[in-house]
Amino acid sequence: MRIAIEAARLIDPAANLDRVAGLYLADGRIAGVGQAPAGFVADRRIDGRGLIAAPGLIDLCARMREPGADGALRIEMRAALAGGVTGVVCPPDTDPPLDEPGLVRMLRQRSREAAGARLYPLGALSAGLKGQALAQLCTLAEVGCVAFAQSGALPDDRGTLLSALRYARTYDLPVWLRPLDATLAADGVAGEGAVAGRLGLPVVPAVAETVALHTIFDLQRATGQPPVRIHLCRLSSGAGIDLLRAARREGLPVTADVDILHVHGVDSDVGHFDSNWRLDPPLRTERDRAAIRAALADGTIDAICSDHAPTALEDKLLPFGEAAVGASGLETLLALVLSWAQSDKVPLLRALDLVTRGAARVLGEDTGTLLAGRKADVVLFDPTETWTVNPDSLLSFGKNTPYLGRQLTGRVRSTIVGGEVRFERTPAAGASA
Amino acid sequence: MIDLDAESVYALFAQRVRELVAGRALVLVGVHTGGVWLAERLRKDLNVAAEVGVLDVSFYRDDFAAGGLNPDVRPSRIPFEVAGCHVVLVDDVLNTGRTVRAAMNELFDYGRPARIDLAVLIDRGGRELPIAPSVVGRTIEVPDEVSVVLTREASGRLHLKLEQKGRA
Amino acid sequence: MPDPVLNPQLNADGELHHLLSLDGLPRGIVERVLSTADSFIGVGSREVKSVPLLRGRSVFNLFFENSTRTRTTFEIAAKRLSADVFNLNIASSSAAKGESLLDTINNLTAMQADLFVVRHSQGGAPHLIAGHVAPHVHVINAGDGRHAHPTQGLLDLYTIRHYKPDFGALSVAIVGDILHSRVARSDIHALRALGVPDVRAVGPLTLLPDGLDELGVRVFTSLQEGIRDCDVVIMLRLQNERMSGALLPSAAEYFRRYGLTPEALRAAKPDCIVMHPGPMNRGIEIDSRVADGAHSVILPQVTFGIAVRMAVLSIAASSARFR
Repeated sequence: MRIAIEAARLIDPAANLDRVAGLYLADGRIAGVGQAPAGFVADRRIDGRGLIAAPGLIDLCARMREPGADGALRIEMRAALAGGVTGVVCPPDTDPPLDEPGLVRMLRQRSREAAGARLYPLGALSAGLKGQALAQLCTLAEVGCVAFAQSGALPDDRGTLLSALRYARTYDLPVWLRPLDATLAADGVAGEGAVAGRLGLPVVPAVAETVALHTIFDLQRATGQPPVRIHLCRLSSGAGIDLLRAARREGLPVTADVDILHVHGVDSDVGHFDSNWRLDPPLRTERDRAAIRAALADGTIDAICSDHAPTALEDKLLPFGEAAVGASGLETLLALVLSWAQSDKVPLLRALDLVTRGAARVLGEDTGTLLAGRKADVVLFDPTETWTVNPDSLLSFGKNTPYLGRQLTGRVRSTIVGGEVRFERTPAAGASA
Repeated sequence: MIDLDAESVYALFAQRVRELVAGRALVLVGVHTGGVWLAERLRKDLNVAAEVGVLDVSFYRDDFAAGGLNPDVRPSRIPFEVAGCHVVLVDDVLNTGRTVRAAMNELFDYGRPARIDLAVLIDRGGRELPIAPSVVGRTIEVPDEVSVVLTREASGRLHLKLEQKGRA
Repeated sequence: MPDPVLNPQLNADGELHHLLSLDGLPRGIVERVLSTADSFIGVGSREVKSVPLLRGRSVFNLFFENSTRTRTTFEIAAKRLSADVFNLNIASSSAAKGESLLDTINNLTAMQADLFVVRHSQGGAPHLIAGHVAPHVHVINAGDGRHAHPTQGLLDLYTIRHYKPDFGALSVAIVGDILHSRVARSDIHALRALGVPDVRAVGPLTLLPDGLDELGVRVFTSLQEGIRDCDVVIMLRLQNERMSGALLPSAAEYFRRYGLTPEALRAAKPDCIVMHPGPMNRGIEIDSRVADGAHSVILPQVTFGIAVRMAVLSIAASSARFR
């Protein structure tokens, strides 16, 4: 199908493009930007006046809950499209974990059938994610895993971790790690600081992140020259960001992301034990949030993700320390990025980079852009439309978001994957996906 | 508005209590706050040996569900054995009778008195319960919107005031 | 901290509806509890040891964490208010069968519960319950994790007021495992609410939480310095599981450094009072000679505890609807 998106404000960080112009899609690819290619006849015209057209969002962490809950993938893919997300990286902490090539093949097949966003699975770094023996990294890469990860904290057995990093480096496979030391985190549920002190909540001290970062960088260096490529998942502390900057200056091949909720939230948002803010890593202090925002603005952090973790509401309706961890985030990611950009006066070109080109670069994929010839993954959204976050307005199975009942600004109108309109919403009418 | 001379009403009131008691041993129990002032005066005037008992009926009122707990509740104190006593229960103004009912219920939780006589300075009528005073200083008729309030100066001198209800 | 206007304990008129924490509780409400408690002190020594205030109301003691002492004092307090009391030892029943906390609450509300007295090992559990009960139901926190034990804070305040009425000039030291202590947190909020100018926390660094200076508390790691010239010393119980391991090497070493002996007590004012929320570990945090000595007001604390809890139950029950 040939699609012409007319008179939208085109924002493409990769092309440094921010102007109102036409966007032309054909054969699943971007056919023209600003000007229709010769002989282009549109099968469908989309009126983009008042809207922004950007590369479809790439979310570096969204849990689709399959394998595990049958049928969940379809639902979460619809949620992704509703959020303007055209590329989703799913972590290996599924049930069973993604350490078997057969599971990965099945997952990718289901994803194709779901016709939602593109799926980029992370394979398990160790068998069963147990941190004791290597997983079949090469075979998993052959069936489509883009990188390899653990879930949660660094494996206790650092010897095995070093060995896994060396093995991955042999084949130039990237490794994604959460910088978290399990014994320092212990039974912590809240960020260290006066708020946790007052609420009497066990803490995850910042050293749980910084000690893990020191370990990761040292092990990385020990894998040789050039070292294994590492991506750090969900930085949360100012001290951790300082270590990242030093590693970058040194020239280590490391990238990093943050959870959008850490761009907005701080420890005091937990308030009276609101378990919607029970996150991992936990919310930290205002100084840490300021450090995160500064690192986003200056490019130290490469991408923002949603860390999407859909959960049944009853698993959140528990005392804070017992509640399920994480928030449903695919559908609020865009609005929250826009709201940060507005409050910190960050140009949209820069802000959207963190969920398009920046994320694509971490993935090593040639996507996240509107350059001619690339795959036509596009999101068309109204940056001024306000909407209320409630169980009815969310398509995900997970209604567990700290923004329940709140109003957000910025709503997706259409999501196009490979030149196909896979999601549309008309204002005042409902959504169709 | 009617200006009642509290001191002269009290004089008559005290005389009637003296006649009622006719020299028998009694204990005086006053209901906060006006009743306590009157009971203390009576104790001196009638030479009662026992200390005056004090009742704050907040915990026995029948309107807790509607009005909640009195924010200024004060401790009740009965410094004698109630069982077997002749109690003269003293209050300043008798109206619906509910305060007296609450006071009697509270008194019974301290023990079983031999006899209770009710002595009130002012009876303004409007009874909602079968409560009858043995001694009344003065009976008056006032509209529902008007409150009858007993006050006491630092010197101990008593005053009666009529106030429009709902005034701040 | 969130908007005090939306304090989850106060009804639309600013009256106490639930008691969840002393943190952010208006001073006027704290003072009202103390003065109302005065009126309940004498009830236990009358012939009829109860007043009819909560007659017909159903009070459910929901103790997800065992505690005979606290549960008993709440039971006595509720019965002295003529309420019907039901004790539910959840630890061994529905929760064990996997019933969720809120399902348990819903079932009990269907049984016409008016007040829940809740103790739970997780901070925030009473808040969760309070957020989900019917508007006429009241929740009283009897201790949640490390977070709060508001009735203990109030009774400690009441005890101090009894012996040292001038709050504006006091020095109060809290000694022990502050990090894990809900009593310590509630005491700190209670003392600050009534304007006590010098509140101190004394303990080893491993047992002190962050943020004490933000709460206006001075921190000491030496017992001697910490209780110097204090009017009140509150000793906290050292729990068994803390006594040997990562936080403290041994009970013996703890007693050497922080145990309140008669010699150590000399650093405080000559007329200081010694308090302990109980139960005491004699020889670990407190020497028996002090526990049973002239400075100790540990036994009166217990009597005051019943009156204070009666005051809390009455005042909360006074509020008809939450919002």
